[in-house]
Amino acid sequence: MIELRNVRRRFGRADVLHGISLTIAEGSFTSLLGPSGCGKSTTLRIMAGLDRPSAGQVLMGGRDVSELTPAERNVAMVFQSYALYPHLTVRQNIALPLAMRHMTRLERLPLLSGLMPSARRKRADIARRVEDVARMLGITDLLERKPGQLSGGQQQRAAVGRALVRDPALFLLDEPLSNLDAALRVQMREELTALHRRTGRSFVYVTHDQAEAMSMSDRVVVMMGGRIVQQGAPRTLYDEPASIEVARFIGSHRINLIEVRIENGRLVGPFAHLGVSGSGLPARAVLGLRPEHLRPARGGPVAARLEKAEYLGAETLLHLRLPDGARLRAVAPGSYVPPPEGDGVELEVAPGQAHLFESEGGQRLRVALQRAA
Amino acid sequence: MRVQPVVTLLLVLGAAIVLLPFFWMISVSLKPADEIFTPHVDLLPSRLEWSNYARAFTEVPLARFLLNGVIVCAGILVLQILFTVPCAFALAQRRFPGRTLVFGMVLAGLLVPFHVTAIPIFLALARLKLLNGYAALILPFAASVFGMFLFRQFFARLPADLIDAARVDGLSWTAIVWRIAFPLALPAATAFAIFSITAHWNDLFWPLIATSDPAIATPPRGILYFRDQEAGDDVGPLMAAAVVVTAPLVIGFLLAQGAFVRSIATGGLRA
Repeated sequence: MIELRNVRRRFGRADVLHGISLTIAEGSFTSLLGPSGCGKSTTLRIMAGLDRPSAGQVLMGGRDVSELTPAERNVAMVFQSYALYPHLTVRQNIALPLAMRHMTRLERLPLLSGLMPSARRKRADIARRVEDVARMLGITDLLERKPGQLSGGQQQRAAVGRALVRDPALFLLDEPLSNLDAALRVQMREELTALHRRTGRSFVYVTHDQAEAMSMSDRVVVMMGGRIVQQGAPRTLYDEPASIEVARFIGSHRINLIEVRIENGRLVGPFAHLGVSGSGLPARAVLGLRPEHLRPARGGPVAARLEKAEYLGAETLLHLRLPDGARLRAVAPGSYVPPPEGDGVELEVAPGQAHLFESEGGQRLRVALQRAA
Repeated sequence: MRVQPVVTLLLVLGAAIVLLPFFWMISVSLKPADEIFTPHVDLLPSRLEWSNYARAFTEVPLARFLLNGVIVCAGILVLQILFTVPCAFALAQRRFPGRTLVFGMVLAGLLVPFHVTAIPIFLALARLKLLNGYAALILPFAASVFGMFLFRQFFARLPADLIDAARVDGLSWTAIVWRIAFPLALPAATAFAIFSITAHWNDLFWPLIATSDPAIATPPRGILYFRDQEAGDDVGPLMAAAVVVTAPLVIGFLLAQGAFVRSIATGGLRA
């Protein structure tokens, strides 16, 4: 659908994108995920045609579109601030892209267009499509209002309507939900995925919220410092993070990262029950353990001391300290009754859910972990 | 605690000083001829002499002057908006080499009084044989550096997303200027229109230099024609004409007062 080939972008002296190569499959929902300043919005703007790469190519359907305007590329975009035109009603906001696309300069003139049969026909056609889109998004009642009279969620819908109305080949969404409150955000997530299914178009979704990226997309591209650090299905990113950075970014509970030594094919210290096999093992590594994979279990191999338990209803977050002083977080089910603070807790961890990273550079070590004999 | 009445008193005093000439003008415009030049001061006429107004319209073509004023002011304002708004938008939102320099020149232009350029402009119009016509009254003011500055400050605060959205929606830069930026700048445009119309409706200096034909005289220029005749007799009609010429601006301002103050407070000069 759209492809970036080794796209670079520099602003003045600063390199913002260091060679991004990326293919968005037809009909996919792809998220660009990363912390602020990682270049994800710049990448999106280059896809839109609002910004031009300093080097590299942008292709759509195999054709180089670097010189085409956003309208010529037939992309639609939804902005974080919604960017509705404040002086136009919702109806006029949604109709504007169609009028610009289908009517000639002459037909758009306010007085003359009433006299031209072609303009009247097109106007009626546009009005019908605006109505259709409004009905689909449930904003028919709001069509005569100005954006200033709408709530955040209603503005969001109007902005989606404006994008949807001209049936674009590609939807670009730049953090569209980050100005909404939490409950509305979850609801809009569902609506956007439903919209994606219904239109069957490709969506590219920029966000810094890993939960949004994981829950909505079928492919997530993690960007950091102007580079793609990993891309794949949400499950792949969670199960096999390519580096400490990705592991830290993905997952609703922050991953535990513990410095470990490796001797004779097994970890030294509190995680001695984990064995490592593979060639060229380093002497030191970083062990990554997600809190939700550390379960309290009587007789478990990892012993820690409970510092604090946070009861959250569905689950309990345990703040622990290992014998060597390292901090550790674990998640227990809500039904778990923690011992008094200061007491010992025994934990279990499945070898398949532990990750090992290089201590220098933080890349994932391609080794297998198993229970040591 | 006792500050309030003092402030009010000072404001009333200030208002009285400002209003006194207007009051005097209206008073004289309604006085019979023999009451105008008296050794003592009578604030109010003994009887209302409405014929001064009738004579103001008959002794000189006052209606024609008013019409000329409307044509010149409208012509100037339309051209100013037409040239100033796209220029200000480019200065605020587009990046091009020399942008800072051009804006610097606009700012420098604000410092040059019109009187400095009046003679070169007069000579150029003479060469083009455009003197003594509407063109001579309108063209020199077609581009306003003040307007460029005012609109630029306003456009600079337009959200970048809004312009990006318009580009994605397929609007050309011209369409963005007139369909998006200009309607949003309406508060600034209102303030600018009031400044422009007041300045050019009241302008005597340039019409006096550039025109001599009474048929295209603007209102202030036209009032001078009373002076050319036997002065003493005609002060009543002269003042009546002055009232008629001033009235549209005063009434217009009173009607638009709210919008004017708002536009200065929100959109216009507070850069």
